Amino acid sequence: MAITFTLNGESKTVDTDPQMPLLWVLRDTLNMTGTKFGCGMALCGACTVHINGQASRSCITPISSVAGKKITTIEGLSADASHPVQKAWIEEDVPQCGYCQSGQIMSAVALLAKTPHPSDAEIDDFMSGNICRCGTYQRIRKAIHRAAALQAAK
Amino acid sequence: MTQIFSLDRREFLRKSAAGSAGLVIGLYLPGKYEALAGLPPKAGAALNAWVAIAPDDTVTLQIDKAEMGQGISTALAMILAEELDLDWKKIKTEFAPAAPEYFNPIFGMQGTGGSCSIRGSWEPLAKAGAAAREMLVATAAKRWAVAVEECHTENSAVVHTASGKRLGHGALVEEAAKLPVPVNPKRKEVKDYVYIGKATKRRDSAIKVNGKAEFGIDVRRPEMLHAVVARCPVFGGKVKSFDGSKAKAVRGVINVVQISDGVAVVADNTWTAMEGRRALEITWDEGPNAKNSSEAIRKLYHERVEQAGAIARKEGDADAALTTAAKKVDAVYEVPFLAHATMEPMNCTADVRADGCDVYAPTQFQTVNQLTAAKVAGLKPEQVRIHTTYLGGGFGRRAEEDFIVEAVEVSKAMGAPVQVTYSREDDIQSDYYRPAVLVKLTGGLDGSGNVAAWKSRIVGPSIMSRFFPGSVKNGLDDSSVEGIATLKYGVPNFFVDYVLTEPGVPVGFWRSVGCSHNGYIAECFVDEMAKAAGKDPVEFRRTLLAKEPRPLGVVNLAAEKAGWGKPLPAGRYRGIAMVESFGSFVAEVAEISLDRKGGTVQVHKVVAAVDCGRHVNPETIRAQIEGGIIYGLTAALKGEITIANGRVEQSNFNDYQVVRINEAPPVEVHIVESNDGPGGIGEPGTPPIAPAVCNAIFSATGKPVRRLPIKAEDLA
Repeated sequence: MAITFTLNGESKTVDTDPQMPLLWVLRDTLNMTGTKFGCGMALCGACTVHINGQASRSCITPISSVAGKKITTIEGLSADASHPVQKAWIEEDVPQCGYCQSGQIMSAVALLAKTPHPSDAEIDDFMSGNICRCGTYQRIRKAIHRAAALQAAK
Repeated sequence: MTQIFSLDRREFLRKSAAGSAGLVIGLYLPGKYEALAGLPPKAGAALNAWVAIAPDDTVTLQIDKAEMGQGISTALAMILAEELDLDWKKIKTEFAPAAPEYFNPIFGMQGTGGSCSIRGSWEPLAKAGAAAREMLVATAAKRWAVAVEECHTENSAVVHTASGKRLGHGALVEEAAKLPVPVNPKRKEVKDYVYIGKATKRRDSAIKVNGKAEFGIDVRRPEMLHAVVARCPVFGGKVKSFDGSKAKAVRGVINVVQISDGVAVVADNTWTAMEGRRALEITWDEGPNAKNSSEAIRKLYHERVEQAGAIARKEGDADAALTTAAKKVDAVYEVPFLAHATMEPMNCTADVRADGCDVYAPTQFQTVNQLTAAKVAGLKPEQVRIHTTYLGGGFGRRAEEDFIVEAVEVSKAMGAPVQVTYSREDDIQSDYYRPAVLVKLTGGLDGSGNVAAWKSRIVGPSIMSRFFPGSVKNGLDDSSVEGIATLKYGVPNFFVDYVLTEPGVPVGFWRSVGCSHNGYIAECFVDEMAKAAGKDPVEFRRTLLAKEPRPLGVVNLAAEKAGWGKPLPAGRYRGIAMVESFGSFVAEVAEISLDRKGGTVQVHKVVAAVDCGRHVNPETIRAQIEGGIIYGLTAALKGEITIANGRVEQSNFNDYQVVRINEAPPVEVHIVESNDGPGGIGEPGTPPIAPAVCNAIFSATGKPVRRLPIKAEDLA
């Protein structure tokens, strides 16, 4: 079945099983591997993308459900890691292995869109769906505060 | 792991010209995968390859280690930049192929583990850099007809100090390569260091925040197929029969093939392969472990602990001292199996052809991978090229071979490049687990409350008897007893033995290995003895460590920075623990509160003191201690793999839970400035957190926590 959606500002049409999760369409059909597979059950947040601006777990999102919608992935945040959240992540030296960070960043961007100056408690609440086994959590907290400041200064 | 350092085993400095690409000092430029695949098999092996300098001054450093989050590519670049006086912006890094040049001098193989990357690479890399620098300076001095003493190096250039004339490294390199390599190059003095010891940001952050870092699971090859494997749910079980017809009927499934581990479903994408696997019908021969259970294993351990084991340490006469002790403390501690649960599920991509094989893997053990892949593919090792990608976490899981074997087998069967991906359920249920262990301890105190005797018996499986069988002698696996047999506490009568016990569950290296369980057990037991002696846990450790300045130093530093002894808000408690592992000493103080009714413990803050000797990047040390604590906190609060009917009962992050951001305490890291030999840093942060938290609970409840993970009943 042909499904058309907007991916990082470009129109895309894929012909695939309508039940195939968006995650695997991105990774295996379109070779957009920045969005990660972690659990397949919306438990870890590694696959987080934005669908019409909302942080969504692409691993449980059937491709048929995104027809006509606007999807942003980590590759669509900026061409050169210059998004305020990406800059803050670099400045706070957040990543270790880095595998979960695409999902962490997509969640953080969504949080800041809704809550431009989140408290630690608001960060913990919103970001608790994203697991990091390297344990970069306290740097994520700091980086979100820094990104909030960077965005405010823009 | 107990390791013997032998940094002189390799001759690190050879040189070779790299055709027209500029010069090369110990050079080898594998470039991209395609370029590498096109090289004659032995082209890399004949060279010694750390540093290549291009005419534009760009220096390419081969990273012989796996980058699994520990920041090794940044640290190695700092070491090279220091000795060569490089402009930081002119350094590039690449992951080295599997080749003898990159053997880890500590393992005698190419691999990353045991927190030894810096310990193993610092000397050879610094020496390579210093030798290269001398060759460049000699070339410039000759060109200017001045003495080498009149020149210095800075920012990737040689400068004639008096005149200010300068030549970039790139302009010198071709000629420099013709010089003999100095055997004992002059090394930079510590006081002149500009990179080493300075907090330096990671080099790989930019590609890790924009999705461009290539992990194993991100490898894409032309015509590549995707596969998942159905494995027997019981360890050691085999396929009896299978019917793949329904799986093949799933649109997009290309084939169903039996491999040694189970049955692989191959499709044009991962999701379709998973859907095909759901339709697969397999009858398993579940083998001898079909009835295994956690209860059966526990019963076995409790029987075995009554038997004498292999002696791991014996000083004085512990039994005699215990009979005359004024007070005795008895305890039995237990820990469960744990999965690694790396964020990147296990995976490997293989491309087996008649004349060669390429393996693209997030791996910690390239040499063994190469040998194994060759055997499975029916090729010679030199026909197998291992391409190391970024690792989405390692923690010891990626030192194994199972994922490599599967990909090579499926690719061979299909005659095409194949990526085998584990689902999270596969990952949790097909692991090599952190061993479940039981330890029985008896401590004896004299009339003054000093420890007169320590006796402990460790019961559990041996990792090394599978991994490096030759290293297990007379039933003693050093990695099973480290953390207790290695204790530095001054106890005159000390006895440790080990009863190697096979539980029917595969075990492997898990961040900090034996210290992950023995560190917890020993440090909780020390607090039990302190309480019996009527002494403060920090004071008690100070006495025990009176002759051991390094561990004493971190205990004192952590206690001071955490305000040990100072009043806490109502309902808050502190606990301390100190564990030596991988050549480093780490003490941690945890501050907790209990919700006794809800049965939960909250960790509010952790203060860590670290003595890892001479170090390269303090920012990496902080990050590794922060992360190691979170990894250990999951084991303390949540981690437990249980077995029923021979099967792992957990499957995903819903029932194998891990610490999330809302439970992650702020961690404060204090680093001891030291000139001692470098210690490891990837693992040593992990062992002390569980005992620090449990000791805080002990101080709150008066009841020791003798079993992990911490349960509601421990808090009542």
